[in-house]
Amino acid sequence: MRISVASGKGGTGKTTIAVNLALSIDNAMLIDCDVEGPNSHIFFKEQMVKLKDVSIPAPEFDLDKCTLCGKCADFCQYNAIAIVGEKLLFFEELCHGCGGCKIICPEDAIAEVDHHIGIIEKGGTESITLYHGLLNIGEPFGVPIIRELKGFADESKITIFDSPPGTACPAVEAMRDSDFCILVTEPTPFGLHDLTLTVDVMREIGTPFGVVVNRDGIGDDRVDVYCRNENIQLLAKIPNDLDIARLYSKGVPIVEGLPEYKALFAEMFDKVREVA
Amino acid sequence: MVKELTVISGKGGCGKTTIAACFVALAKEPVIADADVDAADMHILLDPQVRKKEKFSGLDVAQKDDDKCIGCGKCFENCRYGAFDPDFTLHPEKCEGCAVCALVCPEDAIQMVERNAGEAYISDTRFGPLVHAKLHAGEEASGKLVALVRQRAKEVAKETGKELILIDGPPGTGCTVIAALTGVDMVLVVFEPSLSGIHDAKRIIEVAGHFEIPALACINKYDINEENTEQILKFCEQEGIEVVGKISYDDTATDAMIAGKTVVEFSDGEMASSIKYIWNKVMEALT
Repeated sequence: MRISVASGKGGTGKTTIAVNLALSIDNAMLIDCDVEGPNSHIFFKEQMVKLKDVSIPAPEFDLDKCTLCGKCADFCQYNAIAIVGEKLLFFEELCHGCGGCKIICPEDAIAEVDHHIGIIEKGGTESITLYHGLLNIGEPFGVPIIRELKGFADESKITIFDSPPGTACPAVEAMRDSDFCILVTEPTPFGLHDLTLTVDVMREIGTPFGVVVNRDGIGDDRVDVYCRNENIQLLAKIPNDLDIARLYSKGVPIVEGLPEYKALFAEMFDKVREVA
Repeated sequence: MVKELTVISGKGGCGKTTIAACFVALAKEPVIADADVDAADMHILLDPQVRKKEKFSGLDVAQKDDDKCIGCGKCFENCRYGAFDPDFTLHPEKCEGCAVCALVCPEDAIQMVERNAGEAYISDTRFGPLVHAKLHAGEEASGKLVALVRQRAKEVAKETGKELILIDGPPGTGCTVIAALTGVDMVLVVFEPSLSGIHDAKRIIEVAGHFEIPALACINKYDINEENTEQILKFCEQEGIEVVGKISYDDTATDAMIAGKTVVEFSDGEMASSIKYIWNKVMEALT
């Protein structure tokens, strides 16, 4: 079973929910798909260990063979290749590794090499394995790492995916193929606005979902009203508790510092399982 | 010369938009750009009246004519994004717009067509013009939309003779962030004294360094963990990054948001004065 934890707005508590849920149920594993800023590992004492490199194919130009015909530059949809005067310029960060330039080159002047974009690391405890990815600084596209990360899901386990924020391609890649998606929000105007965007995504990809309200008590009740009107299941509310914020700041999971919350997460999981 | 300042944090929820919106209220006639195109929130505080709207197409998307398809499988073999099933069914939502399938199809059965990826707006607000955008769900090319927002903001600044563009940055370190900070005059990194906030802010400082953008830092909710705040101060000192102020944990931010106002309009309290202090420091550094 695959559960992803997502939110349009950043900083609503995705990682908090993902980590504490994993710690509150049996047979869980965690995959942190926020490759631009993974945080789940912060809540485990164990060190992350590098498992593998992630690369995408990038062109390598044989300038002896190149006649500067410009077909590759014309073809490239990402503007990663340009012919300026008598020179071929390649902008590696813009390349998506589609391989089109190699196919179109009439002189067979393009080969492909690996372009390193990041790594995958493994960690967690004996009972909860954690995988996460790290996109190299300055690299724009993390989706290939997310795709590889998803391959580590163990079908015999309950895999919890910590998604990146937003509703663009990295977030959707992380949420796709899940059996259920937990949307985390805050009861504030920003939280509500970004929740509605994420609900649109969920309805488009057709995954069952429910909402967790974090920091309940701040703000207003518009998220409640919205969920009621839209017939969206409210899975849990986590109170706005400064103790929780302090634990979070130190990298201590809620259920470790305040074990009474374990029941809340277990109940959240029961509600998810009824639907998924 | 028009100056550009981007407010950024790596991790979401550190207070970027809250702080950036106050800067908007404190600045003299800025142009405002919301670069968080997949979850833009600035407009909630600024109540914009849309003056101009344009479609954003992003990258083209493959479209297959099943009558022409002979099932040769070349599209499936050559697509690197899993947009084709082994039975050659096309999933447009997985298409990254590279056009390789159209190139290799011997029957000309695949066309690249324009996709409607989002919208960009130029609006009026009580503080000046706002350029913002909305990326449709799950779309690629969000970096390109950020680039468009910045381009339009520069044009507006030029037309109206304004000298400052304030950019509210997106979370993360990827394409939208890179598009939001390349070539700007300065970034203000908002730290939150949680281990996660520190982890991500350090990464964003590396990104700024990679693109050689001068950075300042401030610490929001500093009293949530004063030990971590000390750590941030030390780190910034080592990195030669000036910390231009601290803001204590304060529910005023939420109350102001509910009132649809920036914190500095809503209250004269401690949070407002901390942000004003930071703003003055930022302006000193920027000019």
